Amino acid sequence: MPAIETSAVQRTAPVSGIKRTKSGFERKITLFGVLFALPWIVGLLLFHAFPLIMSAYYSMTSYSILEPGEWVGFANYKTLFQDEVFWISIYNTLYYTVIFVPLSIVVGIILALLLNLKIRGQGIYRTLFFIPSLVPPIATTIIWLWLLNPQFGLVNYWLDKIGIAGPPWIGSEFWSKPSLILMSLWGTGQAVVIYLAGLQDIPQDYYDAAHVDGAGPWQRTRTITLPLLTPVIFFNLIMGTIGALQNFVLPYALTNGQGTPANSMMFYVMYLYRNGFGYLKMGYASAMAWILFLIVVLLTAIIFSSQKRWVHYQGKE
Amino acid sequence: MATRKGLGAVQTVLIHAFLIVVGLFFLSPFLWMVSTSIKPNSELFLWPPKWIPDVMEWSNYPKAIDYIPFFKYLANTVTIAGLATVGVLLSCPLVAYSLARIPWKGAKPLFAVTLMVMMLPYQATMIPIFIAFKNLGLVGTKMPLWFPAFFGAPFYIFLLRQFFMGLPKELEDAARIDGASEMRIYGQIMLPLCRPALLTIALFQLMGSWNDYQGPLIYLSDESQYTLMLGVQGFKTQHSAEWQMMMATLVMITFPIILLYFFVQKAFIRGITFSGIK
Repeated sequence: MPAIETSAVQRTAPVSGIKRTKSGFERKITLFGVLFALPWIVGLLLFHAFPLIMSAYYSMTSYSILEPGEWVGFANYKTLFQDEVFWISIYNTLYYTVIFVPLSIVVGIILALLLNLKIRGQGIYRTLFFIPSLVPPIATTIIWLWLLNPQFGLVNYWLDKIGIAGPPWIGSEFWSKPSLILMSLWGTGQAVVIYLAGLQDIPQDYYDAAHVDGAGPWQRTRTITLPLLTPVIFFNLIMGTIGALQNFVLPYALTNGQGTPANSMMFYVMYLYRNGFGYLKMGYASAMAWILFLIVVLLTAIIFSSQKRWVHYQGKE
Repeated sequence: MATRKGLGAVQTVLIHAFLIVVGLFFLSPFLWMVSTSIKPNSELFLWPPKWIPDVMEWSNYPKAIDYIPFFKYLANTVTIAGLATVGVLLSCPLVAYSLARIPWKGAKPLFAVTLMVMMLPYQATMIPIFIAFKNLGLVGTKMPLWFPAFFGAPFYIFLLRQFFMGLPKELEDAARIDGASEMRIYGQIMLPLCRPALLTIALFQLMGSWNDYQGPLIYLSDESQYTLMLGVQGFKTQHSAEWQMMMATLVMITFPIILLYFFVQKAFIRGITFSGIK
């Protein structure tokens, strides 16, 4: 987690002699604190806490939009665990997360290292790599659908030129997820910006000292750059994992919500959406939502608890 | 990899070559979109593909605008994005100010909860919120897509709070001693100072609403209410698509964002790096 200052909160009220006045002042400060935070306190309850609890409740009912649900206990969860598509969607989502997140970190760091070198035209290169991340996700899906068209697509034309018979990409059970990962990598410009800022935070003195000691560029990268970049990697790992588990727009738009071929593009949230808004099985979908919530909490906790072993925070702050 | 003495000539050439090749990989889908958007029908399925068509069919653009009610969808999108942006601009700085600058006991726990909510998946609360809006008869209207913004958004509150924390604390102590009210300290001292951060959150909310797909997909069923992201799917037919018109529309919905980026680059970069570094 980023280092967060909390000192201002503990700042005490200005010195005042009489106790009654002080508590009066404190009461006033509390009143203002609550008043200013009121929109969010209401929003927190209305749009986050209450819905999360209601979601747990609905998951125990057979609620559908058409008819009021009945209490069914854990039946939705039991059915889910026997639902083949549920497991397929979990497999697809984990496949995507486990390959995409580490790959995006490696690609992001390599690009950031290159874009941090002192060479001419760096501003142009940085813009070049950043522009795809500004393209709306829906536009990304349509552009790539066209690029990866097996018959007329640009990608297979290029592959053809170097003597490779291009695969059918998203039309194939085997290639659909790798295609999706390729598209997602195309939009990693934001992560590159974060790594770049992290790189620029590393004091030049460290490199100078290592240089004096005779460390080569590779050694300097391995012993100075990467360890000092671990807090940023950690942040991207957490956010990337949470985002990948909720992967929806790209596969949904690519397959018109079908998850084809053969459910190979049926991701967890897509199946949740289909149950809730396609089949109107809101109770069933709520059970899926809660399982997703628990998976996110669990994975976040695991990543957090691992940080002691590999994340190096500098002494500052 | 940064060296004090700089790079050798051979290394520099290799790095340029690598960056150009990979850079072209990153840029080519984008250029291909522009190229397809001005192709006539006869050149769409040309093999080998051509980057610059022999005949430039600029009429794909007006045709696309007529094919889907482009301006109607644009108006819907702008309405949602505009209202949501006003919403976060009104609510988030207030909350962030309370969390960062008012020394009350609840600030710390509330901030901790805010950080947790930042990680809460959208789907965990999606269904009960939908059901509530349904019961209020608001599903099918744009309201569910902008109304919650008036109650704050955790990431923006976090970003603004960090910004407020960085301001010197003497600012409001002096004003408080002078007897200025909290509202005046906030409105006349703090808000003007955090203008750059406000620009960043406005930008992110605008972009978020502009790009949003899942929200409109769930809430908007009537075509007259569609946003551009839902509308652009209208070019897809059963087994094919109106590729040129679709690409022309994509150019029109992508370029405003890229233009915006070139105008307020700093605000963009600030928003992206803030979360990762500070």
